[in-house]
Amino acid sequence: MISQFFVLSQRGDSIVFRDYRGDVQNGSTEIFFRKVKFWKEDGQEEAPPVFNVDGVNYFHVKVVGLLFVATTRVNLSPSFALELLQRIARVIKDYLGVLNEDTLRKNFVLVYELLDEVIDFGYVQTTSTEVLKSYVFNEPIVADTSRLPPLEPSAIFAQRAKRMPGIAVTKSVIATEPGGKNREEIFVDVIEKISITFSSSGYILTSEIDGTIQMKSYLTGNPEIRLALNDDLAIGRGQGPIYGAGYRSSSGSGAVILDDCNFHESVRLDSFDVDRTLSLIPPDGEFPVMNYRMTQEFRPPFRINALIEEAGSLKAEVILKICAEFGSSVTANTVKVQMPLPKYTTRVNFELNPGAVGETTDFKEANRKLEWSLKKIVGGSEHTLRAKLTFSQESHGNITKESGPVSMTFTIPMYNVSRLQVKYLQIAKKSRASEPYRWVRYVTQANSYVARI
Amino acid sequence: MAPPQQSQRSPSPSQPSGKGEVSDLKSQLRQLAGSRAPGVDDSKRELFKKVISYMTIGIDVSPLFGEMVMCSAASDIVLKKMCYLYVGNYAKVNPDLALLTINFLQRDCKDEDPMIRGLALRSLCSLRVANLVEYLVGPLGSGLKDSNSYVRMVAVIGVLKLYHISASTCVDAEFPSTLKHLMLNDPDALVVANCLSALQEIWTLEASTAEEAAREREALLSKPVVYYFLNRIKEFSEWAQCLVLELAAKYVPSDSNEIFDIMNLLEDRLQHANGAVVLATTKVFLQLTLSMADVHQQVYERIKAPLLTLVSSGSPEQSYAVLSHLHLLVMRAPYIFSGDYKHFYCQYNEPSYVKKLKLEMLTAVANESNTYEIVTELCEYAANVDIPIARESIRAVGKIALQQYDVNAIVDRLLQFLEMEKDYVTAEALVLVKDLLRKYPQWSQDCIAVVGNISSKNVQEPKAKAALIWMLGEYSQDMQDAPYALESLVENWDEEHSPEVRLHLLTAVMKCFFKKPPETQKALGAALAAGLADYHQDVHDRALFYYRLLQYNVSVAERVVNPPKQAVSVFADTQSSEVKDRIFDEFNSLSVVYQKPSYMFTDKEHRGPFEFSDELGNLSIGAESADTVVPAQSVEANDKDLLLSTTEKEDGRDLGSNGSAYSAPSYSSAATSQSHEELALTNASVLGQAPASSFAIDDLLGLDFPVGGTAAAPPPPPPSLRLNPKAVLDPGTFQQKWRQLPISSSQEYSMSPQGVALLTSPNALLKHMKDISIHCIASGGQSPNFKYFFFAQKAEETSTFLVEYIINTSSAKSQIKIKADDQSSSEAFSTLFQSALSKFGSP
Repeated sequence: MISQFFVLSQRGDSIVFRDYRGDVQNGSTEIFFRKVKFWKEDGQEEAPPVFNVDGVNYFHVKVVGLLFVATTRVNLSPSFALELLQRIARVIKDYLGVLNEDTLRKNFVLVYELLDEVIDFGYVQTTSTEVLKSYVFNEPIVADTSRLPPLEPSAIFAQRAKRMPGIAVTKSVIATEPGGKNREEIFVDVIEKISITFSSSGYILTSEIDGTIQMKSYLTGNPEIRLALNDDLAIGRGQGPIYGAGYRSSSGSGAVILDDCNFHESVRLDSFDVDRTLSLIPPDGEFPVMNYRMTQEFRPPFRINALIEEAGSLKAEVILKICAEFGSSVTANTVKVQMPLPKYTTRVNFELNPGAVGETTDFKEANRKLEWSLKKIVGGSEHTLRAKLTFSQESHGNITKESGPVSMTFTIPMYNVSRLQVKYLQIAKKSRASEPYRWVRYVTQANSYVARI
Repeated sequence: MAPPQQSQRSPSPSQPSGKGEVSDLKSQLRQLAGSRAPGVDDSKRELFKKVISYMTIGIDVSPLFGEMVMCSAASDIVLKKMCYLYVGNYAKVNPDLALLTINFLQRDCKDEDPMIRGLALRSLCSLRVANLVEYLVGPLGSGLKDSNSYVRMVAVIGVLKLYHISASTCVDAEFPSTLKHLMLNDPDALVVANCLSALQEIWTLEASTAEEAAREREALLSKPVVYYFLNRIKEFSEWAQCLVLELAAKYVPSDSNEIFDIMNLLEDRLQHANGAVVLATTKVFLQLTLSMADVHQQVYERIKAPLLTLVSSGSPEQSYAVLSHLHLLVMRAPYIFSGDYKHFYCQYNEPSYVKKLKLEMLTAVANESNTYEIVTELCEYAANVDIPIARESIRAVGKIALQQYDVNAIVDRLLQFLEMEKDYVTAEALVLVKDLLRKYPQWSQDCIAVVGNISSKNVQEPKAKAALIWMLGEYSQDMQDAPYALESLVENWDEEHSPEVRLHLLTAVMKCFFKKPPETQKALGAALAAGLADYHQDVHDRALFYYRLLQYNVSVAERVVNPPKQAVSVFADTQSSEVKDRIFDEFNSLSVVYQKPSYMFTDKEHRGPFEFSDELGNLSIGAESADTVVPAQSVEANDKDLLLSTTEKEDGRDLGSNGSAYSAPSYSSAATSQSHEELALTNASVLGQAPASSFAIDDLLGLDFPVGGTAAAPPPPPPSLRLNPKAVLDPGTFQQKWRQLPISSSQEYSMSPQGVALLTSPNALLKHMKDISIHCIASGGQSPNFKYFFFAQKAEETSTFLVEYIINTSSAKSQIKIKADDQSSSEAFSTLFQSALSKFGSP
């Protein structure tokens, strides 16, 4: 039972506020915002997504810098509330096309319309974008798309959120195109976030792929869709995942073995066991068809070599080397490498490969961090950075203990490490002249890509 | 509804403060109200939007009420909706104006468009004005019968809203029974789900006053109803599924076939992408299999993968909620997750609330086979730039060390921390080394060698400094320069701000003195002098105490200050197992995130539909006791887990139902006085066998008497307490009292194995207690935990004592909690109760 729902801007202004039960006192937005902002005096720790102040429970999720908050006095399921907040954000985005503070402010009446139907007297009624369509009468005031970043695939990952909202396209489910006719199209994105930790000697300590097959459909008439995955896809790795050593022969045979997966409500698995086909009637809006998790060994897209050695009493040198271990037809972009340096570092002189293009380096003095950004890395290439450090005091022997680990973020479009594939995407179409557009895209992104030194 | 929050925030340039704008809007709305000009709707929309946006940021726009209502007579649905929103917001503070809206809302309730009917009905019920309820009954009645499911859905929640405005109107109109009919017959799943929500809320609130409502609430958990919901679970939305699953988790199946049927039916819910559904399903599985140990284990295995997938597939907030539950499971069954420890490794970009949970999990799953890897990983975090996490990691290493048998490798790592020369690392590590030495004194040689090298000047944090000083005192015989290190610390006495450190310093100097008198004498003198001059009371008193002790007899002082110590085998757990069990019972709720049972953070009217009988409610019943459950549970507030009942309850119900439970004065004086004599005898004979602890209490109380020389006054006789042998109390009252009264006494005891065996045969114990007028109201539990609830009443007045008696047969511990109407006699009752227990089984 939800008492209130509100959305706050980064500065704490309430953009939308809806009270459903009237059992939480006024001023809850201020109480909440103060608590989140000053969770710990030193500001080192983030407020947890759930906390209790004077008998009122506050749930919040951060979406594109906005705080989506629900309050209640009852002992609610935290997953329920947080899933709901996330879902409300997605529904709003489905309607507004682009979700940000500006569009939310422009369309708050529409958002109220939605909120009235999503929750009644604290009880969730529906969060289906499609069902809600019949209750919404306001037209969205769409964002000025020309001011948005260009729609290259990497823009999908403009947000640093863990779950990518995966902006398939930035158009509202109810807005009509300028031409007056909506284009028939469907987007299927296979998004994989990879986490790897390399030991100081370059071995893989842990690795995991968290993948999502995300769909956004603009098809009229709700046709059934069949989505075929790899024939050799297997689920479940037997009891207890086996890491590092002792991989079964599978890695050679090319079978894709998922540890586990889950599916969207609408997915039917009738023939999944036979031919690995998912069938579904996609609801409107954006939704994850399937989430999967994999600890099977995979070839990491980048190798990181990091070396730090003393060069005299007040000097040291860091050498970072990145090798792109994927085919030359693929290009990674928005690559960023970071490394914390000893806290007594005062100055850093960088030295890039001769002829390096689109690479920038920086030493963030505030938190003693080295940052190396590369616009593009073509498959098979190698990039090196040398950094000469100057210290304010003599190091006490072990400078490797005082620095690192090296972390890396990147996006690699049209590449996925798991080898999970959408073999085909079939639309059961009832006699219509034009074939709908079908987009199947793959993207790999670093989640936690770390090399220890 | 946005409540007016005016005058709370300082106006910022982007947010107008109100006044001028509001009167501006007012005149503009006036102009438009009567206009029929083309395009007027658009301008109205713009104005309405402005009004709503002011409302959102907390400007009071209620003065516009009349104008808003006038303008919204139009047929434009967008305008209507905005007006509904506005009206719902301000009706409560303007009840007179709200009356204006009744007319058009009632008319809209009969509109031909079901959308308008639904919207109008929703707004009508949202007015929350008590004197308007008469206008609600009619539209609600027809709404519930509407042919359109949207209108019915709105009407069902409308009934609940009406109940909150005026419960009697709602009940008199027989809406609850209409909802029940609808719940079991409506073709639309959302209507059905809303009925369930509404009825749960209504009947739970009604149950405290009406027996029938309590019965109805029970009936929601009956087999036909639960099966009705479970069989059509896939028709419900994911949110309503959570509701159904929550219901199913409370259901008590009659046999194991039923359990397996339900689990097979719900198996695929574990593959749902919505974490709330998966966790709700998990709860059903865990609750159903509580009594089947091996299946329960299989459930853990089964839910592991889906939960881990949820952790990594959602936003950090969603992972946090799932991880909190995983944490609970890991704490309950560490061995099941010990192979999956790598899933709990922290990622560098995770928020700290996630990392902290993961560290706790790593601590919990560490065992012989994985400790090396886990500790290696934790050591990486200790060097991390994120200082709070680095500290937590070091603490985690320490906790693992304290729970392991083989600490060889860990000690080395801890000692390496000391050599890392980062202040906070050293500080944390010192505290850990101290605890480690208290448990494993055999490691002192290795640790002391390293600790001895640490200069106290490099340690600033009080806890760490105190730990270092403790070690200097405790192991001064092995540290050459301990006396000098202490001496220099004493010299800086005035600069030491923490009293904790100064207290430790006093004790350490004393200890050191006994071991190395000549070297320490000077430091001791200085420390005592400084201590006596200390402004802090505790420090001063301790110094004075030491000083007098030394004056009296040095060897006695040594025995007091530095007696031979036993290694600590287990450090006290911060949470009792009872609290942990209760949190587990509240799986998939905030209790798990906060790591507290719900009664610690919610007021009782918000405990949720089935949680409110929290004290008695979570006893589980053994298979045999299920048969003894009286089917017609007329006793209000009795939960599904009806406990082993005693015969008193039959009496109790008769009396309790007419509310005279307390004043049963109809016993002949002869009978009572006779039983009093018996009771007095019992008391006397029993006292000799009472557990020692009760005497200790007496002695403490006896301090009030002047103690002259050796002839101490005899302890005061326990005030005689006479109990009513025919006391009655119905379970509802018991629960109510149990919730309201504070605990007047709570004690823990160890028991002999024979005692344990005896106490687990309930009937004999109940009879024994009944003989001395302490009645059992409920009992139950499964090995190793048994629980009894007793009550007793004073003979001459209606003052009641309530007892919760918990026995853990595996640890041979028992716990007695007593609550009493009359606090002053609770001590006497406690003594009586304990003596009765100790007499039990010793013929």
